[in-house]
Amino acid sequence: MTAFVALVRKDLRIFFADRRAVIMAFAAPILIGSFFGYVFGEPRNPKDQSRMKVLVVDQERQGAAKDLIASLGKDPNLEVAASELEAAREAVRKGKVPVAIVIPEKFGEQAGQALFGAGAKPEIIVLFDPSHRVEAGMIRGILTGQVMQTVTKDAFGGEGGKRTATSMRRSVEGAPMEASEKSALTGLLQSVEKFNARPQAARGGGGGGLTIPFAMKDEALTSRAGVVYNSYAHSFGGMAIQFMLFMGIDVGIGMLLLRQRGLWRRFRAAPLSKTTLLGSRAVSAMLVGMLILAVVFSFAWLVFGVKVEGSMVGFLGICAAFSLMTAGYGLLIAALGRTPEAARGLAILGTLLMVMLSGAWVPSFLFPRWMQRVTTLVPARWAMDGLDAMTWRGLGLEEALPAIGVLLLAAVVFGAVAVWKFRWEADG
Amino acid sequence: MLRAASLKKAYGAIHAVNGVSLDAADGETIGLLGPNGAGKTTLIGMLAGLVEPDSGEVRIAGEAIGGDTSAVKLKLGLVPQELALFEEMTANANLDLFGALYGLSGARLARERARVLELVGLSDRAKDKAESFSGGMKRRLNLAAALMHDPQVILLDEPTVGVDPQSRNAIFDNLEELKAGGKTLLYTTHYMEEAARLCDRIAIMDHGKVVANDTLSELLRLIPVSNFVVIDLAAEGFDGMPELREMSGVAEAALNGRQLRIGVEALSLLPDLLVWLRGRGAEIEHILTERPTLETVFLHLTGRSLRD
Repeated sequence: MTAFVALVRKDLRIFFADRRAVIMAFAAPILIGSFFGYVFGEPRNPKDQSRMKVLVVDQERQGAAKDLIASLGKDPNLEVAASELEAAREAVRKGKVPVAIVIPEKFGEQAGQALFGAGAKPEIIVLFDPSHRVEAGMIRGILTGQVMQTVTKDAFGGEGGKRTATSMRRSVEGAPMEASEKSALTGLLQSVEKFNARPQAARGGGGGGLTIPFAMKDEALTSRAGVVYNSYAHSFGGMAIQFMLFMGIDVGIGMLLLRQRGLWRRFRAAPLSKTTLLGSRAVSAMLVGMLILAVVFSFAWLVFGVKVEGSMVGFLGICAAFSLMTAGYGLLIAALGRTPEAARGLAILGTLLMVMLSGAWVPSFLFPRWMQRVTTLVPARWAMDGLDAMTWRGLGLEEALPAIGVLLLAAVVFGAVAVWKFRWEADG
Repeated sequence: MLRAASLKKAYGAIHAVNGVSLDAADGETIGLLGPNGAGKTTLIGMLAGLVEPDSGEVRIAGEAIGGDTSAVKLKLGLVPQELALFEEMTANANLDLFGALYGLSGARLARERARVLELVGLSDRAKDKAESFSGGMKRRLNLAAALMHDPQVILLDEPTVGVDPQSRNAIFDNLEELKAGGKTLLYTTHYMEEAARLCDRIAIMDHGKVVANDTLSELLRLIPVSNFVVIDLAAEGFDGMPELREMSGVAEAALNGRQLRIGVEALSLLPDLLVWLRGRGAEIEHILTERPTLETVFLHLTGRSLRD
């Protein structure tokens, strides 16, 4: 027991003596977690809301097009600027703006006629940067709503609408069709003309045009009512996982360095069991891992208000299980690596892959479906999902248990392979 | 105290140690001399229980090393060739760790730490990190770490590599003190003068085998030369080498430019040798005599230099 404790204490001493390791383990996840949390989170001040830049090319230069541009300009998600066609094309091509909208000549007139099924539909061209498809899709949606509102407003009260209704009534009256059908259509268009002829005030301010016939109420489902989503919870969890795995690399490389520095000969010459030698390293790595999680989440709690909204026992269980898994991962690197130099590159690659697939950088729902299934084999994914579940999702212990189970299983598998493949013999 | 019998270890086709047997009594210092790659480190590894022999056995005080946690290991101290220290830790912390690995704790740990620090002369640097030490001081701390549990047998694998003469002498003093205290030392080196100074017996290793194992004086008897006579001639072109090599009492002779190097069976041959040279018209500028060394013995036994 004396030797075991001494070896654990030695590892902790060496860890804290290495300023680089300490910065990497504590400060780096806090800094990067803060950055990601800020970037992907809801801005506290609405003025900080990121708005999508849109260029609008107005080829009609009057009536409905002007109204449409004004409506788009009022949308809180858009930052609208006028442009000429070639300049807009160039700006999108060069990636300076993600989307440009081209409103054609006679837009108002053609749209008004197309509204009643007569005439060709005007063609609004959406120029977009292919690397910004998501923004382009959002802008199409906003544009559709605004066009409907602007065009119907014009059709039911605007000058264009008056001209369109009169012109269409005359066309219908002269058209060869059944008397009853002609009478009904003529009546409809006369009603529109009468409606349009009434003073603005008499219409009760109802000149807003047709709008989308429903309202949407967004409700973000978090742990409970009144608790808002805290993006820092995810980003701090992700970064803690990433840097704990980096710490695991250091554990493995450190053990390979023992061999290179002759210390392994000294350890093996002492009456120490394999359990003591590997177990002490696993325990010290687990302690450091727990400390990293404690420091990182304490910072997130104090500065960004991240709380364990779910089961505290589950949260601690996931932290402990992931720390143990990290220790096993470190031992695995030590067992499979031949030299520190050779092991470092491969271990970093493996770790970055594991972190990426865990969803720590990019949410896993953005992955292709097959990849989402594959990532369930990555233990770090369970840790990430488990930490999310225990923090901002506010789920109970029963939701933590599968993650804890998978992480412990991974720790056992890593540890077993490490013991199996470990080169116990000192180099001769 | 230490007995190794017929030890063999091969790595693939390379026989690192090929049938080595060694004995060392209490208080005896055995020098293990050989060039790099002779198998010394592998042999030390097997003696310390680090390397599993392919065949043969090692016994310390009559007991074989059996398993990782064998109590026999408490009787052994290993000083590795590398500076096997945690440089980011203080001398005290290093010694505490290595003491704890052998079960020391509390007052006994503190006592042993003070003892070994005193022995190697590092008491005043006990609280300094090893990384701040000079090469020689690190070597001394490397030695001290192996002595914390007061082992009876100490295996030293080239403990003076890269050390300045002053630190080397300090380490020699430490080892002589241990020897005087009855410890058994096995000391590997490829420095002949170290082996000659410290060791009661010297085992010469080459290609994984012990080619000779005896006291220095007995090893020197293995070569038929009692002295070398080195003569600088006034001019090059001496043409009497075939006759010189055939002369009675001359074991070997070589000419290098103007310098003659003659191995003689007895130094009493010298007057006759000088007369003979004068008779051959050789003008002598300088004469020097040398005793044979371990290097000579090694060359004689293996056909190559110790530093090859």
